[in-house]
Amino acid sequence: MADPARTPPDSALRIGLVLPDILGTYSDAGNAQVLRCRTQWRGIAATVTEIRHGETVPSSLDLYLLGGGEDDAQALAVNHLRAHPGLQQAVARGAAVFGVCAGFQILGTQFTTSDGATHTGLGLLDAGTTPGRRRAVGEVVVDVAAELGTEPLTGFENHLGRSRLGIGSRPLGPVRAGTGNGDGTEGALTGRVLGTYLHGPVLARNPALADLLLGWSLGAPPAALPLPEIGALRQERLRAAKRGPRR
Amino acid sequence: MVSPRPPAVLDARASIEPGPRRLPVRTRLAVAAARFAAAVSRRLGLGAGGVIGGRIALRLDPGVLRRLSRNRTVVLVTGTNGKTTTALMLRRVLETLGEVAGNGDGANMPDGVVAALVAEPTATVAVLEVDETYLSGVAAQVRPSCLVLLNLSRDQLDRVGEVRTIEREFRAICAALPDTTVVANCDDPLVTSAALASARPFWISVGQEWHADAVACARCGQAIRRDRAGWRCVCGLARPDPLWILRDDTVETAGGPTVTLHLRLPGRANAANAAVAVAAAERLGVSPHVAVAQLRAIGEVSGRYRRAVVSGRSVRVLLAKNPAGWRETLPLLAPRSPVVVAVNSGEADGRDTSWLWDVPFEQLRGRHVVAAGERATDVAVRLTYAEVRHTLCREPLAAITSLPAGPVELVANYTAFRDTQQHLGHG
Repeated sequence: MADPARTPPDSALRIGLVLPDILGTYSDAGNAQVLRCRTQWRGIAATVTEIRHGETVPSSLDLYLLGGGEDDAQALAVNHLRAHPGLQQAVARGAAVFGVCAGFQILGTQFTTSDGATHTGLGLLDAGTTPGRRRAVGEVVVDVAAELGTEPLTGFENHLGRSRLGIGSRPLGPVRAGTGNGDGTEGALTGRVLGTYLHGPVLARNPALADLLLGWSLGAPPAALPLPEIGALRQERLRAAKRGPRR
Repeated sequence: MVSPRPPAVLDARASIEPGPRRLPVRTRLAVAAARFAAAVSRRLGLGAGGVIGGRIALRLDPGVLRRLSRNRTVVLVTGTNGKTTTALMLRRVLETLGEVAGNGDGANMPDGVVAALVAEPTATVAVLEVDETYLSGVAAQVRPSCLVLLNLSRDQLDRVGEVRTIEREFRAICAALPDTTVVANCDDPLVTSAALASARPFWISVGQEWHADAVACARCGQAIRRDRAGWRCVCGLARPDPLWILRDDTVETAGGPTVTLHLRLPGRANAANAAVAVAAAERLGVSPHVAVAQLRAIGEVSGRYRRAVVSGRSVRVLLAKNPAGWRETLPLLAPRSPVVVAVNSGEADGRDTSWLWDVPFEQLRGRHVVAAGERATDVAVRLTYAEVRHTLCREPLAAITSLPAGPVELVANYTAFRDTQQHLGHG
């Protein structure tokens, strides 16, 4: 019998942190912490399940997160997720997925790493990635499409890949500063699967995006949660991006 | 097995007089210009002046590093964390043999390395810490007797790049220096992968707290498996058997004495740095007992770990600039003391502060923490989500005085630490 004190109630939001041991180079595990806190602070139970390399991927969770990683790790991750297709089954059920950087590329149809090897992605986003000429590194600002909110996204990008979207996905919006996908747009969205190049962690810097994902999973937009420090951080980072790269 | 190099190597090199007469005209001009620039810079109060001098010397004679290190026994120290401390330790130990040049100011890019050699032309031994990204270039010029590889983990990803790229560069330079002894921590799979390319590896086990950057094998990308005996990958890359082992505060040397460290510097990371320094010094002919006696005299490293008094508050100043460094620093903090966390994002710090989310700040719950530095707001948001009670005060000294009288721990990253040091009237 499971210990009742440790079993979350049925109403708890179940967050899956996918392969944090491999896709964790840029501290994107912070996104899981942000989502858990923002849920719990509103009086709703939330759990974070870490799905590590070598473990099967459960299909029963509400919201899955994938972070950034280096080339070798990315190949290791996509092979694991194709061998254990719990994530793909969960999406078919309506679960939400949020991928950052290498995690975004894995969610696409295919990606080519800097060594020239092309890997088949999970196909949950209609996006293909190839290496660019130079790494895109720096602050990013994205003016998001209206359905994603009214506030611009702020984040820090550090990637070589350039992504082209097919008709099955839409970008999150045009980049005001930074590189993003490389064609003037940033990220990709299909249904409840969302990918972006923004680190930060991005959900710490963009509470509206965090709450959008929570709204998808909880079935309704969550109540307001005013945290003035986050507003101050957003203003600082938007100003920093405006100043451009300091060199 | 590694055949220990006879200690005589140091004496053989030292007997060659490295006088300026032996240097070509171009190098002598470069050195003279460097000295002049350093003196002008000092006179104008712009700083110690060494780095600008080094930069000018490199411009006038791109081969200056090779020529200035010829006829010297050089030890290079690199890795993500512990470079400055380990280099200082080695310098103190090798000073038992004679004059030693070194970049104790932490100026660890090529200009700083040149400046250190210019400043001490008669020293026959040099201990130089080198930034990871510049190791290949510096080592190829200097051709060190000994190369110390401490550890590799994520740090300033926007400037340094991903850890695996650095590991491949380390591997190439180890292979290109067949006469160099490489003292390497075999508990770090990335360091091990690089040092295995060396013809003269010297394996020492000093532990590793942070594993997150070596989950995938550096050679084949498959998952590295860890157990009590060490680590291995299915491709065959595995932890080599160490000749020396650090256990708690004791260093077991192969076939030699067991040495207890008893350092004044706190923490597991400093014990690891010390063990590596003792091993490298032993390769150059200093007995471990002599070495350890020197290390016990060290109470601070360029201002780190020292206490300063600010308006009646006793402040201990600590440096932590990446997740691995923070993981070693958190256990050092006095249990109930308030903590100032000062984070900047200058060029030398890295512009990206995402790494704050890899630091388990949750361990600071129950204390009062002040978020400080240029990126105080990023720290404050991180502390909010860590559910740590905090205030925000951008200026580190004001952050200290905002706290009640009593002991304070101040932990800063690179430029925040440097700025604080200047305000505290040190260096």
